[in-house]
Amino acid sequence: MTDKNLQQKEVFVGENMKVNFGPQHPAAHGVMRLILELDGEVVERADPHIGLLHRGSEKLIEDKTYLQALPYFDRFDYVSMMANEHVWCLSIEKLCQIKVPLRAQYIRVMYCELTRVLSHLMWLGTHGLDIGAMSIFLYAFKSREKIFDFYEAASGARMHANYFRPGGVDKDIPDSLIKQIDEFIDEELKNIDMYEDLLSENRIWKQRTVDIAVVSANEAVERGFSGAMLRGSGVAWDLRKSQPYEVYDKLDFRIPVGKNGDCYDRYLVRMEEMRESLKIVRQCIDKMPKGDIKVQNFKFSPPKRKDMKNDMESLIHHFKYYTEGFHVSAGDVYTAVESPKGELGVYLVSDGSNKPYRCKVRAPGFTHLQSMEFMTKGHMLADVVAVIGTMDVVFGEIDR
Amino acid sequence: MKKLETFKQLLKSLKQLFLLDIARGLKITLKMMFKKKITIQYPEERTQFSNRFRGEHALRYYDNGEERCIGCKLCEAVCPAQAIFIETEERVEEISHSQNLISGARRTKRYDIDMTKCIYCGLCEQACPVEAIVQTPNMDFAVEDRKDLIYTKEKLLENGKKWEPKIKVRLETEEEYK
Repeated sequence: MTDKNLQQKEVFVGENMKVNFGPQHPAAHGVMRLILELDGEVVERADPHIGLLHRGSEKLIEDKTYLQALPYFDRFDYVSMMANEHVWCLSIEKLCQIKVPLRAQYIRVMYCELTRVLSHLMWLGTHGLDIGAMSIFLYAFKSREKIFDFYEAASGARMHANYFRPGGVDKDIPDSLIKQIDEFIDEELKNIDMYEDLLSENRIWKQRTVDIAVVSANEAVERGFSGAMLRGSGVAWDLRKSQPYEVYDKLDFRIPVGKNGDCYDRYLVRMEEMRESLKIVRQCIDKMPKGDIKVQNFKFSPPKRKDMKNDMESLIHHFKYYTEGFHVSAGDVYTAVESPKGELGVYLVSDGSNKPYRCKVRAPGFTHLQSMEFMTKGHMLADVVAVIGTMDVVFGEIDR
Repeated sequence: MKKLETFKQLLKSLKQLFLLDIARGLKITLKMMFKKKITIQYPEERTQFSNRFRGEHALRYYDNGEERCIGCKLCEAVCPAQAIFIETEERVEEISHSQNLISGARRTKRYDIDMTKCIYCGLCEQACPVEAIVQTPNMDFAVEDRKDLIYTKEKLLENGKKWEPKIKVRLETEEEYK
């Protein structure tokens, strides 16, 4: 027995060491098991294991009506809730050829952009914390709290909003809320400047991010990157510009791109994106017309509550909508939106019934995580944390 | 051009030498120290909610003391988490002490919500045609035993009585947006 132990020990000398990073590691951003093969402190191999947060949502959605499937989408990328709801609503609308009222479109875009700020603030806080900046975490979460309040004022929940609906949004937003959001924009723009003051020139921040995980433009495209990961490498690709959905073609905004494709550039891109998003929110507030917030085809949306109480026809529509749901015309569709993490897509197959036949979600984090080894190889162990941070992975959407 | 480059380089290294980047950050953190604190002492102090907040559930009565729920089971049907379970029976109305009238109307015999399953999406409230099942602004209802989180009809009706003033405000202010 003792001989055997001795023999085993001898084998380990001079060999690479395998380290389990996670699943309970605080810097793993959720439940990721990363198996690292280290030569001293240099990463030789990185093997991410996923599936620890698998809930089988895609399969569960097949057994739910289109309306009931909506809350599942909040829980995919659970730091940018409304962006997920958006892609689900858009795919149904595309399949049924529903035209959404303009006010609803503006409300949606406004909330999607607020969501982008929300997600990027979360990323900034945790990425900073992972690399060693504590204060930024607290400041970013303070700002996030305000956006949660806007979420709550519109939908009733701070995180899992369940606010967008196929054909519009759930409830209209009061003018007082719009005013609050308007005030928040100026405040937040100042805050973002402050965050940049705190980090951009900081030598520790730069030492930890500059020239870490460099991805060239070609490599980024080949590896299927999207969102800030792609733009950080200098590819000006944004679905909001290249295939505008909703009212994005009526809005004026720029796409920030990086130059070197390292962690620092991706940080700069995301910071600039927050400013652009706030600019879009301001434009939405200025341009938002009055009017309906739901499509007035009661096959796809519930009638007004007042009508439901007084009108038999509306009552029937109300009952039909909440029990059977609505039938989506047969066919398949792929819809993608520019979510805060990158290209978030839904491939929806409908057989014409009230439940989706198949729903496949294309999560941006999944494709980014695949490049874990490519991005960390040759770097030090401490840089793995920076790479996980810069990828902005969220396991709700990767594991689904 | 080259002179400018070297000058810039020199300026940069001087900034580095005198820790200007660090000082800039420290200035911000120092300023923050003297700003008003945003921390609140939770159970005693609370943040403001809007009237749309979706919290704990409640079943309501009419003003004359009659149960609102008609047992239509719309909430049970729409619940994505399948957290609601309903059994119904025919409503019995007392005409006098000796006479009972069985009208065609229905009421619930059982109305259970499994609060551990509930995802607080608010669809039950939206589906309810008579504003019977509503969500109160109450968000701290933690219990020590899991089985206490399976709410029965009695518990829900009790909630309805307890939160009625707030529920009324909530429904009235939100009416125009529904």
